[in-house]
Amino acid sequence: MSIDQIQDGIIADFAFFSDWMEKYEYIIELGKNLPVIDDRYKDEDHLIKGCQSRVWLHADLDGDLVRFTADSDAIITRGIIALLIQVLSNQTPEAIASADLYFIEKIGLKEHLSPTRANGLLSMVKQMKLYGLALATKVNE
Amino acid sequence: METTSKPIQFDVSSIRRQFPLLAETMNGKPLVFLDSAASSQKPQVVLEKIDYYYRHLHANVHRGVYRLSQEATDAYEHGRKVARRFLNAAKEEEIIFVRGTTEAINLVADTYGRKYLNPGDEVIVSGLEHHSNIVPWQLACSHYAAKLRVIPVLDNGTLDLDAFRKLLNDRTKMVAVAHVSNTLGTINPIKEIITLAHDKDIPVMVDGAQAAPHATIDVQALDVDFYAFSGHKVYGPTGIGILYGKQKWLSELPPYQGGGEMIAQVTFDHTTFAELPHKFEAGTPNIAGAVGLGAALEFVMETGRETIASHEAGLLSYATEQLLAIPGLRIYGTAPDKASVISFLLNNVHPYDTGTILDQLGIAVRTGHHCTQPLMDRFGIPGTVRASFGVYNTTEDIDQLVAGVRKAASMLQ
Repeated sequence: MSIDQIQDGIIADFAFFSDWMEKYEYIIELGKNLPVIDDRYKDEDHLIKGCQSRVWLHADLDGDLVRFTADSDAIITRGIIALLIQVLSNQTPEAIASADLYFIEKIGLKEHLSPTRANGLLSMVKQMKLYGLALATKVNE
Repeated sequence: METTSKPIQFDVSSIRRQFPLLAETMNGKPLVFLDSAASSQKPQVVLEKIDYYYRHLHANVHRGVYRLSQEATDAYEHGRKVARRFLNAAKEEEIIFVRGTTEAINLVADTYGRKYLNPGDEVIVSGLEHHSNIVPWQLACSHYAAKLRVIPVLDNGTLDLDAFRKLLNDRTKMVAVAHVSNTLGTINPIKEIITLAHDKDIPVMVDGAQAAPHATIDVQALDVDFYAFSGHKVYGPTGIGILYGKQKWLSELPPYQGGGEMIAQVTFDHTTFAELPHKFEAGTPNIAGAVGLGAALEFVMETGRETIASHEAGLLSYATEQLLAIPGLRIYGTAPDKASVISFLLNNVHPYDTGTILDQLGIAVRTGHHCTQPLMDRFGIPGTVRASFGVYNTTEDIDQLVAGVRKAASMLQ
């Protein structure tokens, strides 16, 4: 599935929630179920420094596709990470680098990706795209 | 010493009506504002005074011969008079307008460092200081090859005074401590700290940012050398604060910044400086800020600081009792003497998560390290959720908080 198809699927899922609590309960559930990152990637090199919650991100190339794994010490941040991974993992580097992540705003989580929200998520998205750019060169070599 | 008229009868609902912002909503819910330790809301009288100043009195101060400039100067200097009264300082010359506590501490650390710090000297701070009472001293120490020493914090969030006694020595040149901890709420025994330091002729600077909104401060009774606080935490505007310094120190210290206002005579060979307090007020000051701060301090004194303190003590003890009834909730900072600040954590829940759920419920609390990273390291935690109460908070606010934390606990665990 393309990045936009996955985003549209998430938007459709979120449309079922009648209030913020159901939405956050779902995000927390996603956070709990996020596959664990390999411990060796939970180091300073993979740490994206947000002011409050810390985020670790690792990217691997599997054939032509990028696979992301990530973690955070805050569960809501982990839930949003799970959504970002759903959308951006197993995509080509070019698609990742040029992705427009409109689903965040549509499902009402825009504030979590605001530069003033000290949770590391915005830096994570930037880092995912940078991985996309860097790995694009690698694939094309 | 309170020199204002008799405190008016305290009625929290009439107090709340004086703070327009409290009628706002957040995330579609009525706002429950529990972050006054970061910055308090502003009463109508402060907003009106600032508005009136810009509409009717504004001109640059201390300069013009014309009437308007004189009126602006009077309005600005009125702020200083009120601040003198608020701190019970002996003289207006001892009251310096600064941007806030941070600038006050930087001013003292920089100028005191230049004059008195030498290699091998020591400056003592405490383990519960805000970064703004650590970093300026660290900078001064590293510049003059002096050493920063730290009073340890005990498990209940109080300072280890025995250790403090041992830290004081012939090389100690300054003791800089908070009056009240912004993270734990601990009220430090600053009178005792000042006495111990003075026994060895060491001056003391007190960071009063968290004390000014809650306590009666008498700099003469404390015999403190320097005392600083910020306007915005005491119901006044941002960008204005007060540095109190004993005249003998302020006269001795070199100027902090150069510019207009702070000079007596300038030639290219030599400049002489203005008298106190203007020596430390280079450039056009925050005139409207001083006007607003004066109004805020008058509001606090008219409401009555003992009345405010007793209202907040009631809120603190109610909140402590209610929060501790939540399974798995731990309070950080259990000093017997506390201001109305509560830091807590729920089991293993990250403070960011708790804060996010509370935000959805319209409850404004602070989460994170509260600019006290060494203190968080001391307790081995990444941060806390902090609720802090001001004059306008009610037991209903606390009921909302407790219900919100229970909701967060059920969702996040």
